Amino acid sequence: MWLKIENLSVSYGMIKALNNISFELKQGEIVTLIGANGAGKTTVLNTISGLIKPNQGTIIFNQKNILNFAAHKIAGLGIAHVPEGRKPFPNLSVYENLRLGAYLSNDKDFITQGLSKVFKSFPRLHERIKQPAGTLSGGELQMLAMARGLVSQPNLLMLDEPSMGLSPILVNEIFNIIKDINSSGTSILLVEQNANMALNIASRAYVLETGKITLEGNACDLLNDPRVKSAYLGE
Amino acid sequence: MTSISNIKKQTSKIKIILLVILFYIVLQLLMSAQIINPYWQQIICYAGVMTISALGLNLIYGFTGQFSLGHAAFFGIGAYTSAFIIKSANFSNPLLLIIGLIAGCILAGIIALLIGLPILRLRSDYLAIATLGFGIIVKVLFDNADAVFPVLGGSRGMVGIPQLTTFTWVLVIVILAVLILRNLINSAPGRALVSVREDEIASEAVGVNTTKYKTLGFVIGSMFAGIAGALYAHLYAFLHPQNFDFLKSIDVLLIVVLGGMASISGTLIAAVVWVLILEGLRVVLPEAVLDWRLVIYPLLLILIMIFKPTGIFGGKEFKFLHYGDKNE
Ligand SMILES: Nc1ncnc2c1ncn2[C@@H]1O[C@H](COP(=O)(O)OP(=O)(O)O)[C@@H](O)[C@H]1O
Ligand SMILES: [Mg+2]
Repeated sequence: MWLKIENLSVSYGMIKALNNISFELKQGEIVTLIGANGAGKTTVLNTISGLIKPNQGTIIFNQKNILNFAAHKIAGLGIAHVPEGRKPFPNLSVYENLRLGAYLSNDKDFITQGLSKVFKSFPRLHERIKQPAGTLSGGELQMLAMARGLVSQPNLLMLDEPSMGLSPILVNEIFNIIKDINSSGTSILLVEQNANMALNIASRAYVLETGKITLEGNACDLLNDPRVKSAYLGE
Repeated sequence: MTSISNIKKQTSKIKIILLVILFYIVLQLLMSAQIINPYWQQIICYAGVMTISALGLNLIYGFTGQFSLGHAAFFGIGAYTSAFIIKSANFSNPLLLIIGLIAGCILAGIIALLIGLPILRLRSDYLAIATLGFGIIVKVLFDNADAVFPVLGGSRGMVGIPQLTTFTWVLVIVILAVLILRNLINSAPGRALVSVREDEIASEAVGVNTTKYKTLGFVIGSMFAGIAGALYAHLYAFLHPQNFDFLKSIDVLLIVVLGGMASISGTLIAAVVWVLILEGLRVVLPEAVLDWRLVIYPLLLILIMIFKPTGIFGGKEFKFLHYGDKNE
């Protein structure tokens, strides 16, 4: 298995945020982690990318245990994390934000290639290349956050609630782009509260409830699962 | 990039260099003709010294977003280090000042590294607290330094320091400081520094080793303070621990905030204006009024925060400080 999380537990002081969770992702897949607010979704992504240190567990990526790697080392392995709440650097221009996305690369051709790929996915960003990120609209900010993650041409893209606070049309647009990114070869770990959208584009899914994985399976099976329907799809 | 814009850039670069040389020659002539008397010569040099120190703090606070309250302590370390070496070795040739400058700069940098490494690993504002404490400790050490090295004078102050700082030295170091800062900020490490200020988590997420860059900014900024302190020691030939206390750190902070966070241009202007106004006031106003500074400073800070929180220049720069094209 390409990315394999085993028996991962994380606490914030006394609060147990993740309790012995395990899941996995095959290369090329879109896997989604759905769950309500406070379930621990962000904690999962932050732990994988090394921003938080877990109490126990293993995180295997490409046959390496990356559990104790520093965040910048993990980014260097080709894992890009697009944090929750759209976090481009507000006082830097769109261009500078994207350059920072390729921060770990010194290869000019590689960066140029990454930038042109990203502008193909997000033409709107190209038009706003000199604009400070702080002046972008909500949808554009999410695009920039994703684009910044993609410039480094990662193997694995981790998205933390990309639909948060966006209008339904924009959510559709963003999810279409996610599908495109995946079909051009990038594996995706998608964390969402918007279970409907997430289950529609993912191949497999895990349901996270207060720090535990309570359900897992093929995304289309979960879409029809009565428990998921009543708890997450509002049916 | 087209060749025309390249040529334009070249000519404007030459223009700036010529302007600086002209500025230097004119001031140097005015000084040697005594039209600018020694008192004001000293003040002009002091303005340069404060500029260097404030550029350092702007790197730490404005560009990297780390709040240091111990800038005057690093300034003092540079001052005492250089004074100690030059006085003990009895150097009198102004060229040998370079030894003191380098020593003061490097020692300030090493100490900043020792403080920064453990503290800047943390993600919160512990640096402010640590540097505040550090500043107080350093002041106490200066006060009692004569117990170990009588030549440092302790709380009586250190006298008889060779007066080697010249206008030329000051201007050269100011120019170097501006160039180093400009080139740093516009490089990939510079973007990493700024990204740490903007959002530390996101910065780590894109692969920036934030501890390393926070430390880098802090160390280089403190080195600027160290070299400025060394120039200061050989400008006034007298050092007193009082010159390096907490309030002096606040002076520099005010210059940075007034001029504008993350603006080299703003710091250049604010430092010079600050020193000239302060000294101008000293001529006009009686000493008793000057003590009100301690009331005026915080008021000034509050007023800036309310009306122009970004300072005069806030992130903007003179044209000649732009470097390359941001879109390449
Ligand atoms: N920095 C923190 N300190 C303390 N508790 C936290 C912190 N971050 C998250 N938590 C807690 O951990 C749990 C999981 O949070 P999170 O991973 O953000 O959930 P989600 O992303 O699914 O909304 C919540 O109970 C939350 O209150
Ligand atoms: Mg979350």
